[in-house]
Amino acid sequence: MRMRNLVATLGVGALALTAVACGKDEPAASGGGGGNATDSCGELHKFTTASGVDVAGSPTFTKIKSAGKLTVGVKADQPNLGYKDANGKRCGFDIEVARMVSAGLGLDPDKIEYKEIPSANRETAIAGGEINYYVGTYSITDKRKKQVSFAGPYFIAGQDLLVRKDDTSMDAGKTALKGKKVCSATGSTPIQRVKDEGLTEASNISEFKTYSECVSQLLDQKVDALTTDDAILKGYAASAPDQLRVVGKPFSTEKYGIGLPLADKALRDKVNSILETSASDGTWKAIYDETLGKSGSDSTPPPLEKY
Amino acid sequence: MSSVLYETPGPRAKLRNRISNIIVLVVLAGVIAWLIHRMYIYGQFEGRLWRQFQYSSIQRQLFDGLLNTLKAAGLAAVLAMLFGAVFAAARISDRKWLRTPATLIVELFRAIPLLILMFYFYFGNIQFNLGLGPFWAVVFGLTLYNGSVLAEIFRAGIAAVPKGQREAAYAMGLRKNQVVRLVLLPQAISAMLPAIVSQLVVLLKDTALGFIITYGELLYVAKQMGGRLTYGFPYIPTYIVTAVIYIGLCSLLSLLAKYLEGRSRRRRKVTGAPPPSAAEAATSAEAPL
Amino acid sequence: MFSVLTDNWPLFRDGFWLTIRLFVVSGVLSLVLGTILGAFRVSPVPALRGVGTGYVNVLRNTPLTLVFAFLFFGAAKMHLSLPNPYWTAVGALTIYTSAFICEVVRSGVNTISPGQSEAARAVGMSFFQVLTIVVLPQAFRAIIPPLMSVLIALLKNTTIAAGFSVAEAGAIPAAMSERGENQLLTLMWITIGFLILIVPLIFLQRWAERRTAVA
Repeated sequence: MRMRNLVATLGVGALALTAVACGKDEPAASGGGGGNATDSCGELHKFTTASGVDVAGSPTFTKIKSAGKLTVGVKADQPNLGYKDANGKRCGFDIEVARMVSAGLGLDPDKIEYKEIPSANRETAIAGGEINYYVGTYSITDKRKKQVSFAGPYFIAGQDLLVRKDDTSMDAGKTALKGKKVCSATGSTPIQRVKDEGLTEASNISEFKTYSECVSQLLDQKVDALTTDDAILKGYAASAPDQLRVVGKPFSTEKYGIGLPLADKALRDKVNSILETSASDGTWKAIYDETLGKSGSDSTPPPLEKY
Repeated sequence: MSSVLYETPGPRAKLRNRISNIIVLVVLAGVIAWLIHRMYIYGQFEGRLWRQFQYSSIQRQLFDGLLNTLKAAGLAAVLAMLFGAVFAAARISDRKWLRTPATLIVELFRAIPLLILMFYFYFGNIQFNLGLGPFWAVVFGLTLYNGSVLAEIFRAGIAAVPKGQREAAYAMGLRKNQVVRLVLLPQAISAMLPAIVSQLVVLLKDTALGFIITYGELLYVAKQMGGRLTYGFPYIPTYIVTAVIYIGLCSLLSLLAKYLEGRSRRRRKVTGAPPPSAAEAATSAEAPL
Repeated sequence: MFSVLTDNWPLFRDGFWLTIRLFVVSGVLSLVLGTILGAFRVSPVPALRGVGTGYVNVLRNTPLTLVFAFLFFGAAKMHLSLPNPYWTAVGALTIYTSAFICEVVRSGVNTISPGQSEAARAVGMSFFQVLTIVVLPQAFRAIIPPLMSVLIALLKNTTIAAGFSVAEAGAIPAAMSERGENQLLTLMWITIGFLILIVPLIFLQRWAERRTAVA
């Protein structure tokens, strides 16, 4: 009895494996698919890698030089921002910014080693040197500035709500959240704001590792809203426009910065100057239009906050 | 068949059993049909949910995930066996200063949740910049926990060998080291085998915790595949495939154990009763997490 | 060092309280479901035995994390999910743990030699009498120590719920990271918390083992 069961299980397993093992075609990069083509990553922006760069007095840069490569922390599940497609290729605005900084530091942007760091571990990962810098919808806050330092901001977003398309009960924005089930990523700023301001009851708050898990729960009606920055939400709404929409009443100002090790002012100044150049020579606009701009909204580079 | 609880069925009992059999099968078929129906009406058989599996890049990612799972499990299994052997030896030592700390350490690691053990290495690495990736956090976490359980299995296995064996060996003038190595261990091994293997199954399954500390093992890849909105969040298809892979791997391991057990039992040419049922109880006793 | 605990006392208290609730509720439910499945596995009806065997083989060879993930994200796709994350976590822990309890019950019953019940039947006892007077009291002894191990494992397994929106003790590190607290000290206090919960269980297990060994 037992043996037969085992054999049956193994048989199914073997079948499934062989069924999987004969694939051929890659998912095609959908170029002309309109706004909702987030399925696969298309061509990435081409940067000219600077040569002979040296950042005097930066321990991080010395470390990068001796390692011969950059390790950058990113997100992987945010369409148009930090996304990894079915081919394992990465794209999005944050990815392009990471690549731009790499090129500015004199390192080939195609050779970046990416690491997906969950929101709750970002400070520890930067402070501990697991990554050289972090580009992933990372809001500049005073509390975080005690543990890491920020270059930028390179983008300004606002906290908003993603709801099911036919649900109009939260169109008033954050004041309508009372009694609603709200989801966001564990340890993220938006969910902390919901808690701090008491926007909904504690028992109605769900926290998952990634935003996409929240989106799945939203579609399955397990939660009523996903709250985070509109830039992220727009990416999801664009991927499923017939099921999801963004409410469009932002209730915060999130300044996205590049997270750097705390004591490395030299590197921070260097990254800020790379961002400055990109704003003046049109690179910023170009990569914005190729990624987030596809959802239809326009934007300009925000003023840097150097310190 | 006759069992502890039931007599060999007579004609009426046979009929009753046959009827119950049919009822159970009908209910089972009903439940399965209902589940499939639900999957169907909620569109879980739609092509786009299953399409990812055709892509060779996805297959490569799944394969890499599987490889990472096996790599972590393999290394951790070897290290855990070593850890278990060393600490079991220390625990049966005659020297108290060796025995007490070994017991404490083994009990400690058995009491800490594996996830917390992995967190120690993960955050410890980041805080002290040890240069160990999540791979090592997974391996070390698995080693400490499973090593401790294995130490306990080894110790109990040796203790379970009938006392007469030990006494006879000592009477012949063998030293403790020889008694354990030549007399007790060979007899204990086959009784311990089921427990050891089911612990290795546990170890293999527990690599799945690695996804929480961003180790790119099988479940990590599966979660990424399932989380793709453009494929309609194919969680059900990916989880089914992942479960089949895990169940296949673990069953292979159990199958191997059964084969080894049969072989060693044959080779011993039946020295008496088969290993006591306590060994079987121990199998399930030490198995979970 | 102590400030890590005292400054964040409500977080630790609520976390461990939720851990205890998860443990007790899913422990009781697993005992019930596990015993039913165990009865399936020793039943005279082959199909019932098959159901029990299939359940155990599948669940014992599937990572608990996968069971969690399936109940949270997979079952919701079939509109079958439980009311909230807490009960979903209880469900996942119960479904998983009962497979192990089922095995403990089955092997416990199988430790009794058929001669015992044959003798009991020979003196005219009914099935119910054989079960309650002869088999279960003896099986109970063989069951208790491994059962305790399963329950200890269950207690530790509750930490996995942290990845699924249940703020039990395993979720404390993430919250502490957000507060900028030292992670290793946080982990140390969590470890101490678990030791406080588990050590009594281990002693209970030792005690039961000794008692059954003597008998």
